[in-house]
Amino acid sequence: MTELIDLQNRLLADIAEASDEAAIEAVRVAALGKKGSVSELLKTLGSMTPEERQTRGAAINALKTVVTDAITARKSELKDAAITARLKAETLDVTLPVRSSPAERGRIHPISQIVDEITAIFADLGFSIAEGPDIETDYYNFTALNFPEGHPAREMHDTFFFNPDEKGERKVLRTHTSPVQVRTMEAQEPPIRIVIPGKTYRQDSDATHSPMFHQVEGLVIDKKAHVGNLRWVLEEFCKAFFEVPSVTMRFRPSFFPFTEPSFEVDIQCDRSGGQVKFGEGNDWMEILGCGMVHPNVLRSGGLDPDEYQGFAWGMGLDRIAMLKYGMPDLRDFFNADVRWMNHYGFRPLDMPTLFGGLSA
Amino acid sequence: MKFTLSWLKEHLDTDATLDQICERLTAIGLEVEDVDDKAAFKPFVIAKIVAAEKHPEADRLKVLSVDAGDGKLLQIVCGAPNARAGLIGALARPGTYVPGIDVTLSVGKIRGVESHGMMCSEKELDISDDHNGIIDLPDDAPVGTSFAAYAGIDDPVIEINLTPNRPDCTSIYGIARDLAAAGLGTLKKPGANAFKVEGELTTAVKIDLDDERLCPGFALRLVRGVKNGPSPAWMQKRLRAIGLRPISALVDITNYMTFDQGRPMHVFDANKVKGDLVVRRAVDGETILALDQREYKLGPSNVVIADDNGIESIGGIMGGEHSGCDENTTDVLIESALWDPINIARSGRSLGIITDARYRFERGVDPEYMMPGLERTTQLVIDLCGGTASKATLVGYKGFDAKVIDFPVSEVKRLTGMNVTGAESADILKGLGFAVEGEGDRLTVSVPSWRPDVEGKADLVEEVMRVHGVDHIKPEPLEALGTVHPRILTTLQVRTRTARRALASRGMLEAVTWSFISEEQAKLFGGGSPALKLANPIAADMSDMRPSLLPGLLSAAARNADKGFGDVAIFEVSGTYETDKPEGQRRVAGGIRRGTASLAGAGRMWSNTAKGGGKPVDVYDAKADALAVIEACGLPMSNVQIEAGAPDWYHPGRSGTIKMGPKVVLGYFGEFHPKTLATLDVSGAFAGFEIYLDAMPEPKKKATRTKPPLELSPFQAVKRDFAFVVDKTVEAGAVLRAAQGADRKLVTSVNVFDVFEGASLGEGKKSIAIEVTIQPSDRTLTDEDFEALTQKVVASVAKATGGTLRA
Repeated sequence: MTELIDLQNRLLADIAEASDEAAIEAVRVAALGKKGSVSELLKTLGSMTPEERQTRGAAINALKTVVTDAITARKSELKDAAITARLKAETLDVTLPVRSSPAERGRIHPISQIVDEITAIFADLGFSIAEGPDIETDYYNFTALNFPEGHPAREMHDTFFFNPDEKGERKVLRTHTSPVQVRTMEAQEPPIRIVIPGKTYRQDSDATHSPMFHQVEGLVIDKKAHVGNLRWVLEEFCKAFFEVPSVTMRFRPSFFPFTEPSFEVDIQCDRSGGQVKFGEGNDWMEILGCGMVHPNVLRSGGLDPDEYQGFAWGMGLDRIAMLKYGMPDLRDFFNADVRWMNHYGFRPLDMPTLFGGLSA
Repeated sequence: MKFTLSWLKEHLDTDATLDQICERLTAIGLEVEDVDDKAAFKPFVIAKIVAAEKHPEADRLKVLSVDAGDGKLLQIVCGAPNARAGLIGALARPGTYVPGIDVTLSVGKIRGVESHGMMCSEKELDISDDHNGIIDLPDDAPVGTSFAAYAGIDDPVIEINLTPNRPDCTSIYGIARDLAAAGLGTLKKPGANAFKVEGELTTAVKIDLDDERLCPGFALRLVRGVKNGPSPAWMQKRLRAIGLRPISALVDITNYMTFDQGRPMHVFDANKVKGDLVVRRAVDGETILALDQREYKLGPSNVVIADDNGIESIGGIMGGEHSGCDENTTDVLIESALWDPINIARSGRSLGIITDARYRFERGVDPEYMMPGLERTTQLVIDLCGGTASKATLVGYKGFDAKVIDFPVSEVKRLTGMNVTGAESADILKGLGFAVEGEGDRLTVSVPSWRPDVEGKADLVEEVMRVHGVDHIKPEPLEALGTVHPRILTTLQVRTRTARRALASRGMLEAVTWSFISEEQAKLFGGGSPALKLANPIAADMSDMRPSLLPGLLSAAARNADKGFGDVAIFEVSGTYETDKPEGQRRVAGGIRRGTASLAGAGRMWSNTAKGGGKPVDVYDAKADALAVIEACGLPMSNVQIEAGAPDWYHPGRSGTIKMGPKVVLGYFGEFHPKTLATLDVSGAFAGFEIYLDAMPEPKKKATRTKPPLELSPFQAVKRDFAFVVDKTVEAGAVLRAAQGADRKLVTSVNVFDVFEGASLGEGKKSIAIEVTIQPSDRTLTDEDFEALTQKVVASVAKATGGTLRA
């Protein structure tokens, strides 16, 4: 029986020495394969006497079990080691940087964002968005809006002109968004509630003026809209737009050719600390012009001023963007400097809504 | 419009404080722009030099002992030649800001002697240019009191921002009238004139105009025997306070009338006028040396006053130097005339002359004050310069017809929401000088001659409202429309927003660039037509309306590159201009990428396949951006076709046109022609695109929002690869279409996964490898089915492109 013990010791030593799956397989074949050392011993069982079978046979079977278990265990060990080695080999430096998401890199210009904010607010009040051409006729830009020929108010506009056509008419770059008022009245029956954002142009360029800028204008026409409603709309707008719980506004009688009565509107603010804050403070800041639509403008739009009435207001889009978001210089709006766009621009998925808030 | 408080009070009897007056001015529409309450002058007191000794260390300096009335003597070092014991002047103590030298005084040592203040010159106080010596007041000047009060320079100055519709408030009298109507005091009646009229006017006046509106009235008077010295101190003070330089009594009187009554006057030296005065149009080429010492070339659009010498004055704008009054003037012709506001505005603008007279005439001078103004001016001339007034003459004046407005007072409530009674409305209007008849709701209102701006009911509502007080109008909610609002944006507006967000989501920055570009750039991109050229551009390189967003974006990218930001991806969604008609304005989404600014990101990255410089952007980056816009706008991509080639400014071999059907061009994309980049003076790798959002058709109206049912095949989809050898000129799109067309039911998608060119394929050949996805719908396909489909694909591609299966 000692040869069985020797064989077992030898085999167990071989198993322990096997350093990879191929080696352990070789050991298994040498022991348990068809002609393996243990298999050969097992073949002798058939020719054994019952007594031999009880002693030596049992010992051979025990040997088989011990060797089989040892091989299985060693195999499992080696497999785990192989996986561990593979994983180790596959290790990557996760601190290497990855590409940023394009949606995080892109930016929406403040003008577009502000238009969306304004749209969200006025949509809630039942206004639609109206637009009109940048190149206007003298009629829509001035005459229809009650700017008499030669009136000094025309001069205040520093108009860009095109060369006269064969009929001697010269088109203009619209100096305000108000031409869209008359275009809308011509195209649509009251009640009218529209907001008109858009590009406007004046031949003026300095620190606070740009030859191209943006305005937003509002128009309400029905049979009873009056200055009290105008006040309410503007106060609601300013609260919602500047995202403050309350605002104090001051209406001052003023003059615009296309409204009568006309007002300039100041908003109370605090300018201390280099920032403008609304809803507090003791300063006034002029923010917009407005008034009741002039009877002559209603007539231009084909409406009877004794039947229809309404109000309009207008303000600088770039200006209210600057007031809300703090850009210091209007001229930067049109320079397309990537540093400015990155800093003052808005992320593409930050979409202003009333349910999610206008700004983050 | 500037005035002083005391000047206002000459016409307004009021106890109101400066603050109350300013507040009310703003509240009634005369917006106070600036108030100088003269507080800066407060620290200056009248002080007496008790002793003046020579400075021990300096010959030109003196050491003064100054008594400021409090009994304590101040030691002051002074270099003024007129500093002497006994002089009474203006003292500034340490801590006082001295405006004329822009210095806040402190106790100093001058050559070893302490100085506790300063005796000031007029220049140091910034009240004149006189710096010959310190202020030397009469012996009775009250030591210890305010110098400013004594000198009359403590009068607060108010400046209002006058709207162009209010000619009546170009006069201090008019402002006083508005304030009185607004309850801030009583308007004082002007004093009666009391001068004798003797003798005839020897100069005749003739109006020789084709259009009588140009000069609807001209009044003239001669005053003989005047002495034209300086005007009195009170008048000089007032004129100086509002920024006018006193010249001589006669000139100062006209300026005084301009501001006091809003009535510009002109005075001629009668002895320099030759023959009669004629009001006429100037003849082309005539010139005048005007009172501002500049020569102006005149033409028929300028109305002038001429005599036998030629043109003596530009009517309503500026007088001429030749017949101007000076210290030798003894006989003066006083003119009070009316001029056409529009012509004055036009003339003034074309001549580039801005005067206080033009300012008033172009807004509208009160026609009914033409004669009273002449009388008042005559009185002032006689009061200040002596002399004898001749009879006056008035030509051309047809009188004034007051506008009469039928005014239902309910209009105030209708337009403003404010409750004002008929009686109060009538009182307000009367206070402003309107004549009011009738009672209760229906009033008949006559507009006074000084209010040409008031034309109808709405104007009267404004008058009542501004005087009653805008603060009485309370905010009232706009009636809710009572429904959840349907969509408010048009398809184009939705697509404009979507295009912006889609492009920004692709890592691009939204820019807003100028609508006008240089003519050269406009022509380069297919524009530059005369109809789109500005007559008065702000700069030579901003002269033409842009035909494309690309030149602005390319230039912007180049500017950024110059600052060290070479890899930029920017876009704009805005207007371009094909014609000057509304429909010629396109709505375009355009973008460019420069350098390595691809969708994945710019610059060098460790994971880049092309390491080193990063991969430059190319036509495919632009194509992906362009298609992303179209896809985001919801167009069915199966209808979108790509054709090679694009307009001239693109690279002819690396650009494409995107179409929908044979006619609708949705846009272009590509790299740029080297000449385009050279002309724009930009360099680097560029790719760009433009998509016409306004060319996209409206989506079809759907009867229901329900989507068609989803049909999922239970059979497995199979992918098969093919590689075709085709001529190099064959477009991949043709291979894709042919493969797709081989069996429209089974082939659900085809994609190119490799394009290869090599000598092994033969000259002028390339290989296009495609992956065909096959989706059986009713049964699992057999090997025979696949074989048959493969043959169909190969045959279809061969037929369409001449391609053969690669061996």
